[in-house]
Amino acid sequence: MIPTKRTCLSAFHPVSAPDYVPAAQLRELQLSRLKSVVARAWERVPLYRNRMERHNLTPDDVRSLDDIAGLPFTVKADLRDTYPFGLFASPMEEIVRLHASSGTTGKPIVVAYTQPDVDVWTSVMVRSFAVCGLHQGDVIQNAYGYGLFTGGLGAHYGAEGLGATVIPISGGNTDRQLMVMRDFGVTAICCTPSYFLHMIDRAAELEIDLRELPLRVGVFGAEPWTSAMRERIEDLTAIQAFDIYGLSEIIGPGVAVECPCQDGLHIFEDHFYPEIVDPESGAVLGAGEEGELVLTTLSKQAMPMIRYRTRDITALLPGACPCGRSLRRMKRISRRSDDMLIIRGVNVFPSQVESALLEVEGTLPHYQIILTRSHGLDQMEVQVEVTSESFSDKIGALEQLNDTIADALEHVLGIRVEVTLVEPHTIQRSDGKAKRVIDRRLQP
Amino acid sequence: MKLQQLSLFSENKPGHMIAPCRLLARAGLDIRALSLADTQRFGILRMIVSDWQRAKSLLEQAGSAVKVTEVVAVEVPDRPGGLAGVLDLFEGSQINIEYMYAFPFRRGERAVLIFRFDQPDAAIEVLQAAGISVLDSGALDEK
Repeated sequence: MIPTKRTCLSAFHPVSAPDYVPAAQLRELQLSRLKSVVARAWERVPLYRNRMERHNLTPDDVRSLDDIAGLPFTVKADLRDTYPFGLFASPMEEIVRLHASSGTTGKPIVVAYTQPDVDVWTSVMVRSFAVCGLHQGDVIQNAYGYGLFTGGLGAHYGAEGLGATVIPISGGNTDRQLMVMRDFGVTAICCTPSYFLHMIDRAAELEIDLRELPLRVGVFGAEPWTSAMRERIEDLTAIQAFDIYGLSEIIGPGVAVECPCQDGLHIFEDHFYPEIVDPESGAVLGAGEEGELVLTTLSKQAMPMIRYRTRDITALLPGACPCGRSLRRMKRISRRSDDMLIIRGVNVFPSQVESALLEVEGTLPHYQIILTRSHGLDQMEVQVEVTSESFSDKIGALEQLNDTIADALEHVLGIRVEVTLVEPHTIQRSDGKAKRVIDRRLQP
Repeated sequence: MKLQQLSLFSENKPGHMIAPCRLLARAGLDIRALSLADTQRFGILRMIVSDWQRAKSLLEQAGSAVKVTEVVAVEVPDRPGGLAGVLDLFEGSQINIEYMYAFPFRRGERAVLIFRFDQPDAAIEVLQAAGISVLDSGALDEK
């Protein structure tokens, strides 16, 4: 039997009870969890202990939630410097899962979960789906990639935990995605928003009318997207499109999610304590002020993160949400405070591109990274100016240079990118310096 | 005996050939021979010009990546089998022809081909030993 379209999106779900806890009670819970996670980090992770000692701090100095502002920050480089297991606070026999995401150098960043951590992750994903109006009886097509990336398994456990039917189709093969979506009576889709836009285009080509299907909810994340993209998705289909936020270092997807009001993302702050800081000075900013999101895991065992600098720029929205949740909201992520690019879910830094070019050519040529989106997938092109030194008058040698650069980039970045050799002085320079990154992905 | 050929890197896009040609025209430099090697994505413009040093510095000032390569201009009988007879000389030798292209004019009953050998001096010896005429840059002006 094919389910029919439901009209009620926001029926109260029992798993959502923690979303509505009165603020005073929530702060009390946060403080008691903060005290224990700081104590755990202090006792078990040398990096945290050494840093706190340098600031003459002990876990006893955390007496109120405001005291968190005195604790040292943790940054992505700390995960790299302690690769692979240096920040673990649980012995390996208690760790049931490892995930990894790419770091600033060739080495990935490893994150770990105990069984209780996986349970917390599942619970925040269950609550995320419930916020989006999903429940038992829904058929959720999970097109996030399964593997070391946290997106696939995070959404999978959440969908199962909700009691919904999960289709673990993973990413790619759009025609099969659409066939499954139509034939299995899918009511909700999880993937990147850009990939769903591609599905919409392909469905039109295959003459599948998505509005005729029972599909009514999309849970989209793992990349920045715009209101214009949401409007386009909601115009072309009958779904409501929700933004979900998360990062591996904190837990994966399920850190924050939009409610049907679609005015900011509610942070599951009973598990993830948010602060907004000035990216330059590190000073804590007030509600409504835009700055860098800093998160502290309040219940993570295997890998506590104390004041982790996400580099994502947002603001905590003042005032209560009409949906009634007491969980604070953050604005949709608009940009980052560093130059990290997210390409097909992979983190890329321009410095990695420079190191690869330097390795191949000996000196750094003028280059430019051009990001576009084709068929819902990010495309990265690196244009490299040919110099009198690198230029050979033999076609074969130039093609080899092209390939050598592409290989070196793939080695450093972990993804294949397109390399184009261009004529000298053709990359635009402003103030003598070339603009390194042209991002055309969010152009409608 | 060897000629200096200029090679320019060019993106395979409309309009990318005309700029260097205009530049040489304005300077009164004659392009005597020209070949374009291209792939889908880029091309190499190879030229033999009347004053290669001046041409090179003008092109470089205009921002081009220029390479100077030594090539050999060979007179080949303009009849069936003429080219094959020349190529036969190099079969089995250690000399490799990297590329070649034809000159746009003929000298009497002969055509002129430009060869890029990996060992130009050795190639010239082979050609001369076989009685084949190798032209110097002066001879090219007598068209």
